[in-house]
Amino acid sequence: MTSTLTQKIIAHAAGRDTVSPGEIVICKVDLAMIHDSGGPRRVQPILDKLGIGVWNPEKVVLISDHYVPAVDAESARILNMTRKFASDQNLPNFYDMQGICHVVLPERGHLKPGMFVVGGDSHSPTGGAFGCFMFGIGATDMAGVLATGETWVRVPETIRIELTGGMRPGVSAKDIMLALCARLGMDGGDYQVIEYAGDTVSTLPMPERMTLCNMAAELGAQTGIIAGDGITADFIRNAGAHPGDIDRWQNDPGAPVRETHRIDIAALGPQVAAPHSPANAAAVAETAGTKIDQAYIGACTGAKLVDLQMAAEVLRGREVASGSRLLVAPASQKDMAAAAADGTLAILTAAGAIMMPTGCGACAGYGAGVLAEGEVCIASTARNFRGRMGAASSEVYLGNPYTVAAAAVVGEIIDPREFLS
Amino acid sequence: MRKTGVIEKARTWAYGDYVDTDVLAPGLYMKSPMEVMAAHCLETIDPDFVLNVRPGDIICAGKNFGMGSSREQAAQSLVFHGVAAVLAPSFGGIFYRNAINHGLMALVCAAAPRIASGHHVSINAVDGCVQVEETGNEYPCEPMPEHLLAMLADGGLVSHLNRRFKE
Ligand code: SF4
Repeated sequence: MTSTLTQKIIAHAAGRDTVSPGEIVICKVDLAMIHDSGGPRRVQPILDKLGIGVWNPEKVVLISDHYVPAVDAESARILNMTRKFASDQNLPNFYDMQGICHVVLPERGHLKPGMFVVGGDSHSPTGGAFGCFMFGIGATDMAGVLATGETWVRVPETIRIELTGGMRPGVSAKDIMLALCARLGMDGGDYQVIEYAGDTVSTLPMPERMTLCNMAAELGAQTGIIAGDGITADFIRNAGAHPGDIDRWQNDPGAPVRETHRIDIAALGPQVAAPHSPANAAAVAETAGTKIDQAYIGACTGAKLVDLQMAAEVLRGREVASGSRLLVAPASQKDMAAAAADGTLAILTAAGAIMMPTGCGACAGYGAGVLAEGEVCIASTARNFRGRMGAASSEVYLGNPYTVAAAAVVGEIIDPREFLS
Repeated sequence: MRKTGVIEKARTWAYGDYVDTDVLAPGLYMKSPMEVMAAHCLETIDPDFVLNVRPGDIICAGKNFGMGSSREQAAQSLVFHGVAAVLAPSFGGIFYRNAINHGLMALVCAAAPRIASGHHVSINAVDGCVQVEETGNEYPCEPMPEHLLAMLADGGLVSHLNRRFKE
């Protein structure tokens, strides 16, 4: 029997030779990632009820990112509880205020091909960029994992997305995902696994591959995955870890795929999703001219070092338009330090960008930078559901970092390619 | 004793495609206690449901049942009313996990939309077979493995683990 990469990982975690799509199996979890919002404060009461602690502290990574830094007594209390959980459970891997969980996890070398990983967050598919099977689960599920080190899974089918051709200037992985959201809809993924492949993917750097997998969540997939290669291995080595056996964790030739979508990337331009769904995406020209109050470069989706560099390309020697504001919340402390070292931050701040703490910030309305009634924002985040970033009547457009930066410069949505040399 | 994974002659409530989590657990009542939330379950598509549902009834629905948010209350509302199972050709992925974790049987059954409201259905989730009393029709469904059926019998993940750790 030929198997997909996903089937191989699940079979291995389930202690089986092979598994078939639709089958429900119990898997041993290699790693569980939790954060301050969905983690300790939600799982602790269940663990207390069971009278049990974390099954293996070595295999749990706890990251504070949603409520950092505390802005009121309630967020301070949540963070305090998070820190206490880390020490009570003797968690060796607790990253406090080091950045957004999906970015910190691989940055610190916790992911490698072949792993079976669960995350207590809906954007956990991001980890699939490293050739592991990583998906998001809810609090009750997570409490079960923390108590036993196991969880059940229904083996998904694979939907293959083949990306071919080189990306044109001003285009990024974010545009690929917005275009896919428009084409397939938010339930196009049907809770199966979306595998990205093709010559575009094999030259993409890891942070861009992470964006592809990150937004598999917006397609309604259980997760996204990309088979490991030399680029994966280099990233993992740079993170101070060992990539393991990359060759073992590949698809068998002719492995079963439910459907294949082919997209020519060379023909793709910058995309913008209008409120209130990523599926409302279209070429930037469709929304050009829309006045904005705020431009936001942030989130696990759109504020990694490469994203900050894209914004800087547009902002070099330019200024944020008066009457609008540009907020930048880098995805991690490491990315922020790297952006400081290579001059990216200086370009952003010279243009008038307001630097925000690393963390989820305004992305889901938890931190600073939220919107007032009727305000309009363009953001490099993944979701623009009604009211997510602040007041119920606020409107959020989604774009790539070039597009967000360009909108900040003119105060309205505009094709960013006009600003690229 | 009732056999695990077997449901006999359960009365059906039939619904269409895409019954979402807001229909099952309206966002408006998210801060309310479960009995208030459950009192509004499905009301936007069928006000009769909460008035006449009886413990042991089942739901037969169209594709992508429970699509939408990750809120566990969507499954809990149905459990509150004693709904024994949901049959559908496909489920919202997170709802599917939440349902089983909260003790609600969720069966993937391609023929579910063909089953009418108010009929009586017998299910064998071990063999993967569904039988409609009124029509005599028999349909296949995806079987559920024993370990999940045991969890359902215990009333969900937390009670299942509780029992496991006490043993
Ligand atoms: S940055 Fe936004 S999308 Fe990413 S984990 Fe935080 S809240 Fe979720």
